[in-house]
Amino acid sequence: MEPVIEVRHLVKTFRTTRVLDDISLKLEKGMNMAILGKSGVGKSVLAKCIVRLIDPDEGEIRVLGQNMLELDAMELDEVRKRIGYIFQGGALYDSMTVQENLEFQVRRTKEEMSQADLDALVEESLRNVGLLEAIHKMPAELSGGMKKRVAVARTLIFKPEIIVYDEPTTGLDPVTAGEISELILNVQEKYNTSSLIITHDMKCVKMTANHLKIIANGRFYTQGSWADLYQSTDPEIRGYFH
Amino acid sequence: MKILRTNESLNNFFSEIGGLVLFARNVGQQFFRAPFEYRELVKQGYFIGVKTLPLVAITAFIMGMVLTLQSRPVLMDFGAGALLPGMVSVSFIREIGPVITALLCAGKISSGIGAELGAMKVTEQLDAMEVSGTKPLNFVVATRVIATTCLVPILAFIADAIGMLGSYLSINMYEPMSVVLFFSQAFDSLRFYDIIPATIKTFFFGFFIGLIGSYKGYTTGQGTEAVGMSANAAVVSSSLAIFLIDLIAVQLSNLIYGI
Repeated sequence: MEPVIEVRHLVKTFRTTRVLDDISLKLEKGMNMAILGKSGVGKSVLAKCIVRLIDPDEGEIRVLGQNMLELDAMELDEVRKRIGYIFQGGALYDSMTVQENLEFQVRRTKEEMSQADLDALVEESLRNVGLLEAIHKMPAELSGGMKKRVAVARTLIFKPEIIVYDEPTTGLDPVTAGEISELILNVQEKYNTSSLIITHDMKCVKMTANHLKIIANGRFYTQGSWADLYQSTDPEIRGYFH
Repeated sequence: MKILRTNESLNNFFSEIGGLVLFARNVGQQFFRAPFEYRELVKQGYFIGVKTLPLVAITAFIMGMVLTLQSRPVLMDFGAGALLPGMVSVSFIREIGPVITALLCAGKISSGIGAELGAMKVTEQLDAMEVSGTKPLNFVVATRVIATTCLVPILAFIADAIGMLGSYLSINMYEPMSVVLFFSQAFDSLRFYDIIPATIKTFFFGFFIGLIGSYKGYTTGQGTEAVGMSANAAVVSSSLAIFLIDLIAVQLSNLIYGI
């Protein structure tokens, strides 16, 4: 199957610490891949390298057939519009209402769109995450789970082909975390997206991912399906399941 | 050990200067790149201009009164009381108005920009903009820098006018003097080279207040503590920059006008 993200021999060093050391991965169309690892092993750095929020030292990153490291600013923006990125805390613009948060990007890219069409698009996105009633609220008035949902809605407005979730359930209670995991699945079904889920929440992984990779010491330690890894007797892997 | 520490401090200082220069270049490029964020520019203009005006006005009024009250006895001792309006106008328009306005803006605006951008950086809002194809340098930084560059001179002009008004009222506390006489004496003492360099330097004050505040916020480290440090560093660095620009402006204008 055609890969939507392909990373080859990625290396990233911060000062003297080599955070990513020869990392390679392939995310195929329609796949939900979870990247697991302890805190500080470089999971988020990998995700940020993929969308070029961080430039790697070595390696190659191809997203939707484009070599991300060779694109100029305009080309990069075009590819980024096809990727959704959900940040750990939602990263909603706190000086704007939920509606303005969703409109913000669209106004800059689809200037010809009428206000009525824009309103309809915003409402559709919010309805898809079950938060239409929060349309006029400020981010400070939302709970952690609601912020994540709005962040997903903000991403969905562009109907992305890939969504990168950076710790989607961190800091949420188990019930809300379960709802967010369900939302990830619903979004994938409805929008036919491929997802890269950076997490250490095993419940979320079990619900959402069909392929798992574990990072340790800057490299992929192992990979496989939930069932494959669950049966492993390696104490390093077993640690994630207890 | 001491030499090593000095070396490291010097290193940090020069990398900050280098970082600021590169940042200024990148922001400068955004001034001429579409999309032009008019709405955000107007919003920032309101926050920077209108919200700072009361503070600038009250301070300038008090400074005008204090300068007059302090200078009057000395001038009267020398029988030069009639020179008071001229002395106040030259001092205010050349130096006190622009510098006091710029320092107030450094304290209020630069720290505010540093804290706001710092918080946006820590909560990944700047990254969220970047990843969705909106350039934060264009939307967030360039608008603030343009707003401060345009509005600090206007605020300084208003400060000059209100300071002169304060001076007029404090003279009238001792002896009655008509507005016409006060302002004709005040303007008689002003020369071309009192007004133009003072006005030009306020544009530089405004530019660096916005630029340094944005730079400190944009390069904030991790955590909420870093946001406070950025706001603090923005005030300190902008204030120092104001004095440095002022010194350079005085030397240049003295050279140009052969004073």
